Amino acid sequence: MIIQGLAFYLFAIIAVASAVMVITARNPVHSVLWLILTFFNASGLFLLLGAEFLAMILIVVYVGAVAVLFLFVVMMLDLNTVTLREGMTEYLPIGLTVGLVLFAELAVLFGGWVFSGTVEVSRASPTPALSEMTNTEALGALVYTDYVYLFQASGLVLLVAMIGTILLTHRVRPGVRKQKIADQLARGRTVELKKVQNRGGI
Amino acid sequence: MTALGNIAPAAPEVFMAIAGMALLMIGVFQKGDATKLVGWLAVGVLVVAGFLVLMAAPETVTAFNGQFISDRFAIFAKVLVLGASALSLVLAMVWLAQEDMKRYEFSVLVVFATLGMMMMVSANNLMALYLGLELQSLALYVMAAFKRDSVRSTEAGLKYFVLGSVASGLLLYGASLIYGFSGSTSFPVLAEVLSHGTPTGVIVGLVFVMAGLAFKVSAVPFHMWTPDVYEGAPTPVTAFFAVAPKIAALALFVRVMMGPFADLVDQWQQVIVLIAILSMLVGAFGAILQSNIKRLMAYSSIGHMGFALMGLAAASPNGVRGLLIYLAIYIFMNIGTFAIILSMRQKGRAVEGVADLAGLSRTMPGMATALTIFMFSMAGIPPLAGFFAKFYVFMAAIEAGFFTMAVIGVLSSAVGAYYYLRIVKVMWFDEPVDTFDRPAMTNQVVLWGSAAMMFVLFIWAAPLIAGAQMAALSLFPG
Repeated sequence: MIIQGLAFYLFAIIAVASAVMVITARNPVHSVLWLILTFFNASGLFLLLGAEFLAMILIVVYVGAVAVLFLFVVMMLDLNTVTLREGMTEYLPIGLTVGLVLFAELAVLFGGWVFSGTVEVSRASPTPALSEMTNTEALGALVYTDYVYLFQASGLVLLVAMIGTILLTHRVRPGVRKQKIADQLARGRTVELKKVQNRGGI
Repeated sequence: MTALGNIAPAAPEVFMAIAGMALLMIGVFQKGDATKLVGWLAVGVLVVAGFLVLMAAPETVTAFNGQFISDRFAIFAKVLVLGASALSLVLAMVWLAQEDMKRYEFSVLVVFATLGMMMMVSANNLMALYLGLELQSLALYVMAAFKRDSVRSTEAGLKYFVLGSVASGLLLYGASLIYGFSGSTSFPVLAEVLSHGTPTGVIVGLVFVMAGLAFKVSAVPFHMWTPDVYEGAPTPVTAFFAVAPKIAALALFVRVMMGPFADLVDQWQQVIVLIAILSMLVGAFGAILQSNIKRLMAYSSIGHMGFALMGLAAASPNGVRGLLIYLAIYIFMNIGTFAIILSMRQKGRAVEGVADLAGLSRTMPGMATALTIFMFSMAGIPPLAGFFAKFYVFMAAIEAGFFTMAVIGVLSSAVGAYYYLRIVKVMWFDEPVDTFDRPAMTNQVVLWGSAAMMFVLFIWAAPLIAGAQMAALSLFPG
C-alpha cells in the first residue's frame, strides 16, 4: 500500500510540475518535451488505477503520434515565445475563470458520482475485476466478437482516409533526389574527398 | 466462426470489401497505367455484388449481433445503388482518359463508397448507420477533389468536406441524445422502448439525426452545398453524386424513420412534409436562372429529392413504394442526362453551358432526341417513365391526406417543366454555334439504354412496381 502511495505521489508531482513547465518553458521545443513527460506520468497514474489499456494507448497515441506531430509543427512554424507571451497578463483572468469553471464542473460530477445512491445501478456494464480479466482482454472480447462489424467498418473508413490522403497529396515531382542504395554501393573507386568551404556549399 | 455467428446475410458486403482491397493491390503493383484494367474490374465487382445481393434470401435476417439487417427493402435499395454506381463508373472511364485524370484510385474509391452505401441501407444500429455513412462520405469528399490541380475541384472537395463534417456532427449529436435518453443504439430495441412512451430528449435527438440525413440527400434547408459541389467536381463524379449516394441516403432515411421511430410518426411527419415542400420549391425556382448545366442538374436533383420525400412523408407502404419507384426511374433519367453532359465536348475540350447545346437537333439529331426524352421524363410528361415516378408519390401523398403538399408538388413540377423545356427549346430552335465531338461508344450505349428504359418502365412497369411493393411491405411488420 505504501509503495502504491509513494508511486502515486511521485507520478502526480512530476505530472503537475512538468505540466507547469509546458507553459513556462522559453523554448517551444522544450515545451513539447515537457508535455511528453506529462503524458508518461499520466500513463503511470492510469497503471496505478488498474487501467493498463488506457496507459498503453496514452503512450502509443499521445506520445507516439500527437506529441511527435506537435514537435513537427513547432519546429516548422518557427514560433517566437516572447511575442506569444505578450498578452499573458491580459488573458490571465479569463484563463483562470475557465479553469475554475472546469474545476467546479469536475467537482459536481465527482460529487454526484460519490454521493448518488444509484451509482451501482447506472453502471450498465461494469468492468470485470482485474483478478478475473485484464482490461485489454475484456475490450478485445467485446470488440472482436459483438462489435466485429463496427470494428471492421472503422478499419475500412481509415483505409479510405489513407487512400484519399495519398491520392490528393502524393505527386511525382521532377528533380527530387531519392536515395538509391544500389547506386551508392556501386560507386566503387570513384569516391573522392572534396574540401568544402565553410558555409560555402558545393 | 461461432463467435461471429452467421455472416452469410452480409456476403455481398464482405465480397465488396475484399474485392476493393484486391483492386487497390492490383492498381499499386500493376506496371504502367492501371486505370482501365482496375476500372473494368471494378465494374465487374459491382455487377457480381449485384448478383450476390439478388441471390440472398429475401426473408428478413440479421447478422453481426443484430447490427446488420438484410430484408427485401435492403435488397431493392442495394440493387439500385449497385446499378447506379456501375453505370456511372462506365461513364467515367472515357472521361478519365480524355481529361488526363488517369488514376486507378477513382474506381477503388467508387467501390468503397458503394460499400458504404450498402452498409447504410443495411444498418440496424445507430453506430452501423454512422460508420456506413462516413465510409461513403469520406470516399465522396476525395472524389469531389479528384482533379486536384483544378481550383474549382479542390474548392468543391473542401466545401463538401467541411459542410459534410458539420452534418456528421449534427447526426452524431442527435444519435448521442437518442442513446442517452433511450439506452440503446439498436433499431429494434429503440422501437420497443419508444412504443412505451417518448422522452423529450429522443425527439430533440431525432431532429438532429434528420438534419444530418437531410444534408446527405441535399434536401432544403441543407442543400446549399449541392450546386457548388456539383459544378466544381469533375463531371463523372457529379454524375455519380447525383445518383448513388442519393439513393442510399434516402433509403437510410426511410429505414430510420419507419424502423425505430415508427411510433414517433406524428413528430417527424411534419418535418418531412416541410422539407419536401421546400425542396420542391427551391429545386423548381432555383434552376430557372442557371446557365451551367451541372448547376441546373443540382437544382433538379434537389427538386427530385423533394418529390421522393413526399413518399416518406405519407408514412405508408404505398408512400415507400412510390419513393422506391421514383428512385429507380430517377437513376435512368439522371444517368442518361449525364451521359449526354459527359459527351458535350468541343474540339477535345469539355463544355458545360446550357447555351452550348444550341442547335443540337441539326448537328446531332440522335443526341438531341435522347436529351429531349430525358427532359420530358424529368418534367413528368407521359408517355415516359418520369410520369409514373411522380404519379405514385402524388397518389400516396393524397391517400395520406396531404393535399396542400400534393398541390404544391404539382405546381412546382409545372415550374420545373419550364426549365426542362427551355433546354429542349435551345436544342431544337436555336441556331447551332459549334458541333460536339463524336461521343464515345460506352457513353452511347449507356445513353440509349437509359432512353429505352424511359419507355420500357412506362409500358412494362409491373415488375418494378411489384418489387417496390414487396420491398416497402417488408418495412411494415404485421
